[in-house]
Amino acid sequence: MPKMNLSHFEAAILFALFSSIVLGVITKRTDAERLRYGLRCFAYFVAALIGLGWLMHLGHG
Amino acid sequence: MATDQNKASAPPVRSWAPVIGLSWLIPGGGHFLLKRTGRGTLVLVSVLSMFLLGLMMRGAMFQPQTGDILTTIIYVGGFLGDLASGLLYLLTTWLGYSQPDMAGHVHDYGTKFLVAAGLLNILAMEDAYEIAIGKKD
Repeated sequence: MPKMNLSHFEAAILFALFSSIVLGVITKRTDAERLRYGLRCFAYFVAALIGLGWLMHLGHG
Repeated sequence: MATDQNKASAPPVRSWAPVIGLSWLIPGGGHFLLKRTGRGTLVLVSVLSMFLLGLMMRGAMFQPQTGDILTTIIYVGGFLGDLASGLLYLLTTWLGYSQPDMAGHVHDYGTKFLVAAGLLNILAMEDAYEIAIGKKD
């Protein structure tokens, strides 16, 4: 098994992507709703990731 | 009285037990059994990708440990999360994967990816269960 080195950002984006796909698939009733919910989840993940990243950056001074 | 009504309305075990079992063993397997191939494929690809990424980042598998409450929650919870990946977890441990818990963000992400793959599979199992008992289409 090859070893993989990812940055924090890359790993968190991949985590957000796969989690959003599953959350979209299992929650809503129609395919259009699932797609919208999955995209919204992914957007929230990325927004939280960037927001928390900036918070930590500013917190460190 | 209320318990009798609950028992009477409870779905038969035969309708959902194979679905839950297959969902646990093979991520998305319950959806395949219920002819939801598109959703099953998305679950399989997502859980499998997260699990393989966790292995490639050399994440550690949790071993159940008890002690103080925080230790118990983290290690037993983490072990259950790993175990929820089903055949992926069983094959990996049977093939001798044993990674020590090391410092470094890549290993740490790997450990979390392995647990998250199992947790996503639990969500997929619950979805397959609801489809099997007719609560969802």
